[in-house]
Amino acid sequence: MALETAQIQDKLSATFSDVTFLFKLEKDILSIEVPADKITAIILYLKNDSELRFHFLTDLCGVHYPDNELERQFAIVYHMHNWYENKRIRIKTYISGENPSLKSLTTIFPSANWMERETYDFYGIDFIGHPQLKRILNMDEMVSFPMRKEFPLEDGGRTDKDDRFFGRTQSNK
Amino acid sequence: MSELLLPPEHRYANLIKNNLNDDGSELSVLNLGPTHPATHGIFQNVLLMDGERIVEAEPTIGYIHRAFEKIAENRPFYQITPLTDRMNYCSSPINNMGWWLTLEKLLDIEVPKRVQYLRVIIMELARISDHLICNSILGVDTGAYTGFLYVFQFREKIYEIYEEICGARLTTNMGRIGGFERDWTPEAFRKLEVFLNDFPVAWKEFENLFERNRIFIDRTVNVGPISAEMAMAYGFTGPNLRAAGVDYDVRVAHPYSSYEDFDFIVPVGKSGDTYDRFCVRNAEVWESLSIIRQALDKMPEGNAFHADVPEYYLPPKEDVYTDMESLIYHFKIVMGEIPVPVAEIYHAVEGGNGELGFYLITDGSRTPYRLHFRRPCFIYYQAYPEMIKGAMLSDAIVILSSLNVIAGELDA
Repeated sequence: MALETAQIQDKLSATFSDVTFLFKLEKDILSIEVPADKITAIILYLKNDSELRFHFLTDLCGVHYPDNELERQFAIVYHMHNWYENKRIRIKTYISGENPSLKSLTTIFPSANWMERETYDFYGIDFIGHPQLKRILNMDEMVSFPMRKEFPLEDGGRTDKDDRFFGRTQSNK
Repeated sequence: MSELLLPPEHRYANLIKNNLNDDGSELSVLNLGPTHPATHGIFQNVLLMDGERIVEAEPTIGYIHRAFEKIAENRPFYQITPLTDRMNYCSSPINNMGWWLTLEKLLDIEVPKRVQYLRVIIMELARISDHLICNSILGVDTGAYTGFLYVFQFREKIYEIYEEICGARLTTNMGRIGGFERDWTPEAFRKLEVFLNDFPVAWKEFENLFERNRIFIDRTVNVGPISAEMAMAYGFTGPNLRAAGVDYDVRVAHPYSSYEDFDFIVPVGKSGDTYDRFCVRNAEVWESLSIIRQALDKMPEGNAFHADVPEYYLPPKEDVYTDMESLIYHFKIVMGEIPVPVAEIYHAVEGGNGELGFYLITDGSRTPYRLHFRRPCFIYYQAYPEMIKGAMLSDAIVILSSLNVIAGELDA
């Protein structure tokens, strides 16, 4: 019996009755928005429930939304995968732009260790409970978080090229 | 890592002081890498050693980090393929095709069957060249140089096929949205045919050289084993996971580019040690050869090499000079002005090392809002310190090369 999207929704809503979930089917993956303070409980439930069995953490990454209100400036996106039923799921949670922090998943998934370090490295998100939260790809002496949207890709003082003509600005719709 | 270079109170100083052996000898710190010829790439591992046994290891990565995700946020969609080339540069076409498949999923583009089969052929060739390098380098690390030099000629043959298809060899930048930039030449098919004839003979000889070789078996069996549970917990995918006995393969789980049309098995190992990883890759090469043969046999008639999507696919250059519509499309595509929906998608392909995922967020502008590469190497390399604990130094080298960690993919 294949695991149905509705079944996932029902089970989650029934178990966490005090939480408002935002379900959305985007292309082929069910996407769920959950509040940040419940993230570890929900992911642990998704992993250990005998029917849901999302036992594999495929991916974890951060997203910066500087145009959102302060409470929703960063998003952490988890992709989980149930290999038994071959079902993917996307969990998205928004956190504040000021001192962004979130509970670490390292005790649930050892593979989250480096992925959280990478997210910290690029977005400066503090994962509470991470055993060794330090930079991983950038050098230790760096002070900024380069994947934040305000961090320029190139030296802003360059005069030898006009980015407007090359489709290289952030939001030139 | 910088604190390690600061004597005398470095990270392991107290550990060494408190763990003196009975005979007075002490633990020592050994710096393996970052540029050591045996690591085949830029990896630094600071090892705490007891004699020749590894007690603890701390890897440092990021030496060739090139900020691909940041660059991708500032480039139009078609300028992102060259970035994907440089991730797992042993199998660039898989990365390229993975990116085009992601975009095609985003834009709902149906690609002709013939293009899908051509893509399967090129991806399987890339997988062969990836596994060929990994396995033959593993041979070099255990002391067998001959096999490496012998099969390496065939990587050259594969690169000649790439060259015939797209003009480039290592960083291929192959394909476009909806298909290939040009049709495959008859010469490409001829070279492919020659390769399919000659390579199996050499690969069989290569296998014979290693599979029952006493020295090789002594060096690899029970070296760096990982259980299926551990492998899954550490996010292993690809041949390294299958060597531990889990038959997860993206080509089967979520078939893309018509993989469901082909008949192939997913080889699995048992103990997840270096020898099993070697054997799984060997077996996958045979499966890849069989897939290529099936694709050639089933190849649909005609010469379609791209989908009919004028908004995304560049028109022939001669039309640009004579035809108004073509000129407009040409201009818009080159300037990055293609219509893109607002969406979030995740697409994965089976790369040389495992599940290569692209998580793409678009906001309707000409560049991705966010593009995250799920790089299999990056995720499974974190198990490396765990795997080499208690092993000999020479085993650490063998384990590293059997994991097939590619620095470009690790650091992105």
